[in-house]
Amino acid sequence: MSDVINEPTAEEARLGRQTDEGAQELRPRQHEVVMTGGVWPDDDETMIINMGPQHPSTHGVLRIMMELDGETVLQAKPVIGYLHTGMEKTGEQLTYVQGATNVTRMDYLNCLGNELVYALAVENLLDTEVPERAVWMRMMLVELQRMASHLLFQATNGMDIGALSMMIYGWREREQVLRLLEMITGLRMNHNFIRVGGLAADLPDGWQQATLDVCDNVEAGVAEYETLLCENPIWQERTQGVGVITTEQALALGATGPILRSTGFPWDLRKAQPYLAYDDVDFEVIYTGNGDVYDRFLIRLFEILESVKIVRQCVARMPGGDYRVQDRKITPPPRGRIDESMEALIHHFKLFTEGFKVPAGETYVAIESPRGEVGCYLVSDGTGKPVRLHVRGPSFYNLQSVEAMVPGSMVADAVAIISSVDPVMGEVDR
Amino acid sequence: MSDESPQGDADAAETVEEIAIADPVAAAVVEGFPGSVAVESHGQSVVYVDRGVLAEVTKRLRDAERFTQCTDVTAVDHAADVERVEIPGVVRERFEVVVNLLSHPRNARIRLICQVPEDDPTVPSVTPLFPGANFPEREAYDMFGITFDGHPDLARILMPDDWDGHPLRKDDPIARIPVTFKGDPAPR
Repeated sequence: MSDVINEPTAEEARLGRQTDEGAQELRPRQHEVVMTGGVWPDDDETMIINMGPQHPSTHGVLRIMMELDGETVLQAKPVIGYLHTGMEKTGEQLTYVQGATNVTRMDYLNCLGNELVYALAVENLLDTEVPERAVWMRMMLVELQRMASHLLFQATNGMDIGALSMMIYGWREREQVLRLLEMITGLRMNHNFIRVGGLAADLPDGWQQATLDVCDNVEAGVAEYETLLCENPIWQERTQGVGVITTEQALALGATGPILRSTGFPWDLRKAQPYLAYDDVDFEVIYTGNGDVYDRFLIRLFEILESVKIVRQCVARMPGGDYRVQDRKITPPPRGRIDESMEALIHHFKLFTEGFKVPAGETYVAIESPRGEVGCYLVSDGTGKPVRLHVRGPSFYNLQSVEAMVPGSMVADAVAIISSVDPVMGEVDR
Repeated sequence: MSDESPQGDADAAETVEEIAIADPVAAAVVEGFPGSVAVESHGQSVVYVDRGVLAEVTKRLRDAERFTQCTDVTAVDHAADVERVEIPGVVRERFEVVVNLLSHPRNARIRLICQVPEDDPTVPSVTPLFPGANFPEREAYDMFGITFDGHPDLARILMPDDWDGHPLRKDDPIARIPVTFKGDPAPR
């Protein structure tokens, strides 16, 4: 039987290529079915199994090929592409005005963050500065989005590891954030609210109190999770020392965000390379030193509180003024002007039919998403549509660190490790 | 989009200015690798390098200039450009491979761009230097058909293994073939 396994030669053939056929070949076919007695497989026998793409703990359609020795994972290889819908190709067909609807669907848990990085990239090529109120509104929305994303992580991470009640608690608080986002942007997800040149609309009446209420409730919720999980011996047993990664490995593998910060490396683009008004607000970069699943959980938990802190400052210090640049080539005229001004009507029509032209050039803009560095590499040729719209999804890179974290752990720990990477497949496959 | 002139006009060329002095890292690359051109693009440091020395430049930046992370590797197809920024000293080709490097100690980024001709789309891989370039290089290979020499496992990553063509090339039209799934019966 062992010669069947070794047939495709060396090391790389053991995990094989990513087709289903390949996986089948690697499995022993001429297997004597042994019900009682008979020859037990050799001790050095390994087994290759597929986890996913349809598996509840893979957060979508992630497939992991794992080589097992008994219950121990020897190596793991992520296989992706099941959610590939050609969004970067689509981005080349859309005008710069329409582009935000595309990028917002990539990382569907960080919609506003993706819109922001796209808007910043286009504004960088246009050399446009947005008004102060737009900057602070963007910052508040992106931090609310970070809270929602990390709350969802708390829910799914708890569910994956076995703290099933966490799923309900996490969603309970996230729902409040999404309701607030719905009140502000009109949609729970895929908002298309942060646009080139500012935002789609101003804040609605009563947003201050609604936002502060959500902040209070989220803070209370985080305190509950802390009581429930942080000192919980079962939780600690399950997560501490599991999936350890070092700073060197994380840097080499391109991992960013909570994975990098969990290794004792306090790198946060909001502090290191401030964009928006992050150098003007008070918050801490959360980092720990063990690089395991527990630390990544802890970082995301306390980052919620830092986001609450930033949102409170945004509410207190929200500047007045306009929420978008008043440049008729980039942003639409106010609704009232369309009825009385021919130019306004033409501008409105031109903007939403053929969009605006962006000077030829290229730029790379990066911001800190809940999962790490999300970057937008934008190339323009002076027309109304980009030549290349590339989004550097942090999950795409972070997923590579699974290969470094999983070997040596149990299969059940592999589930915890994948969950702690917090991959969003929409952004991995784009 | 079918205009075949890739040359940018004078206005566009003015937006790019040489900053060999402003960024010491870029200046060091230009000094060490003749033929490289350092420019500033919207406040970002960009070095156009020859594709033959891409891996050496990356290695130099990693070892001597403390560039600790390769944040992104991607490619661009300029086949259908209406207008293209002209950079003195750079012969424009159809493809570009773009490597974004980040230095945490310096808190600086640098972007290496190399021109890749259509008839020989090959560049040296940076995966041996930065293992994190594995997935993005496979993506660039998958999407553009650019071969990365020295990549340990250059296979398609997002498209199926038996896919024909490279989707992000400009001559790969959208809706080129009807959508079918593996094992589907043939359309009647």
